[in-house]
Amino acid sequence: MLIRTFVNLARFVVSFVVASVLVFIVMRAVPGDPAQIAAGENATPELVEQMRREFGTDRPLIVQYWDWFSGLVTGNFGTSYVTRTELTGQIVDRVQVSLILVALAIIVALIVAIPAGTFAAVRHRDASGAVVSALSQLGIAIPGFLLGVLLVAVFSLRLGWFPSNGWVPPAEGVGAFLSRVTLPVMALAGVQAAILTRYVRSAVLEVMGEDYLRTARAKGLSPLQALLKHGLRNAAIPVITVTSVQLAALIIGAVVIERVFVIPGLGSFLLDSVGNRDMIAVQSVVMVLVGITLLINLLVDVLYTVLDPRIRQRTNA
Amino acid sequence: MSTTSQQAATEGRPATGGSTSTRRPRRRRGTLNLRIGASLVAVVVLAALLSYVWTPFDPTQAMPSDRLQAPNATHWFGTDKYGRDTFSAVLQGARITLLVGVVAVGIALLVGTPLGIWAGMRRGAAEEVTMRFADILLAFPALLMAIMFAASFGASTVTAMVAIGLGSVPGFARVARSGTLQVMSTEYVQAARASSQPALRMARRHVLPNIAGMVVVQCSVTFALAVLAEAALSFLGLGTPPPTPSWGRMLQESQQFLDSMPALAIFPGVAIAVAVLGFNLLGDGLRDRFDPKMTGGKS
Repeated sequence: MLIRTFVNLARFVVSFVVASVLVFIVMRAVPGDPAQIAAGENATPELVEQMRREFGTDRPLIVQYWDWFSGLVTGNFGTSYVTRTELTGQIVDRVQVSLILVALAIIVALIVAIPAGTFAAVRHRDASGAVVSALSQLGIAIPGFLLGVLLVAVFSLRLGWFPSNGWVPPAEGVGAFLSRVTLPVMALAGVQAAILTRYVRSAVLEVMGEDYLRTARAKGLSPLQALLKHGLRNAAIPVITVTSVQLAALIIGAVVIERVFVIPGLGSFLLDSVGNRDMIAVQSVVMVLVGITLLINLLVDVLYTVLDPRIRQRTNA
Repeated sequence: MSTTSQQAATEGRPATGGSTSTRRPRRRRGTLNLRIGASLVAVVVLAALLSYVWTPFDPTQAMPSDRLQAPNATHWFGTDKYGRDTFSAVLQGARITLLVGVVAVGIALLVGTPLGIWAGMRRGAAEEVTMRFADILLAFPALLMAIMFAASFGASTVTAMVAIGLGSVPGFARVARSGTLQVMSTEYVQAARASSQPALRMARRHVLPNIAGMVVVQCSVTFALAVLAEAALSFLGLGTPPPTPSWGRMLQESQQFLDSMPALAIFPGVAIAVAVLGFNLLGDGLRDRFDPKMTGGKS
């Protein structure tokens, strides 16, 4: 188990390095120098040259890469080419906002999906189960930003229950925080709840056909008891896989949702940086997003080894 | 995600062979999915085709006197802030949706499938490296890839198609690999290997025909994801630049008038949902048709 965790860790490190090289290549494949882009088209050659020296983009690419990468690892993201401000502080502030959104959304999605999916599985022969399945199919087709726009139209503009946008950190007032975070979290969670419902449904359906569940029934447990005591733990493994994959999707989904609700998270920072053509900021934020995704995958792999004795055994053998 | 967790995911749900009584309703649902999915996709395709021969108005033509109209007999879906006809724009928006979907899926199909087959046939280090690389690419969802490409190369339809396509490569590589591994363990392939057939010939004669079903399903599912990514990208203003109508941008522009003119959001919104739902259902239906042992609902 220790060896396995070590292998996973090594994989994470290699993936992170390869990903950073990919990001660097794509971002530096631009025709022209980031300094030229930041200085604007009408800048004098002298100014561009000066900025080039200031940003260090006159050095060989490999040196620039190493400079950027070692900064990433040590948490020093450098200075924005456009706003000339330190990136680290901004990224740290904004990543917190995005993570709050994502965490709340995945919790809401699971709270909806686990009962809904279990219900759809238990009642898979009834109309009620089919309705849940059909609703989840429909939910998947409504992207977060569309749901967000619809939620604003109904709950903010029509009913006036929630503000249509903005952000208040939880530390500055829980009430104000909740009223502003509700709609974006619902918009983010909607699609995920629909997707997870389908996976929970098929995972539970799978488990319901297993011999050990019949044994549990034969012991005298009711179908629900048997499912709760023996079924759900087994159904959990595929659901955890999907949840981890969906977490990555949520992090990207948050980028769009932050734009809809004007939330100062990492996503709006990324989009602002793209708008400003602030290459170093884009590069770093993309790497932070990718790094979070890789980290989630690492944690899930470790979680597996803890959860499923079969995986533990296999690596020991 | 590592191969092990992937294995765990698949082993967690062995094929539900089961009794015929459970299989029959699933088949029927499969056909229903297939029918509804195919119909919705057909609606989108017909809308795109129709837009080449007829739209009620020129969707890029501003008519200031007709601005911000609610749906009526002349403007079926109403008009936007420049007085452009929403119905015409929705029809023409189907073109970009399908174009991006077809090219992105094409790229992913042509790059990912051979890679996956190769990895599955070669095994060993080749497989390990290919699949590890696919795992890394998985950390770049299509939308993130597209935002990054838009930042570097500028927002355009081509950038969107290429980025979404590259972002979808790992899905195809994985499906093709796992299908190839299954095929390679069958007796007829063992026989073919024993008769020392060249690898390329074996890939073409034995592997490809047998994994074609899975790959087609992957095409449909990926198409739905590509439609979503394109819509999100246009919504963010990083997709196809104006004035070419795209559903995502229409939705984004509608936000300004959400209070007074919700119709502006509803029609492009429904269009996006119809396209995504169509390709998802089509994928599910095809999956049930090609492989009745598989439970529906995942890629």
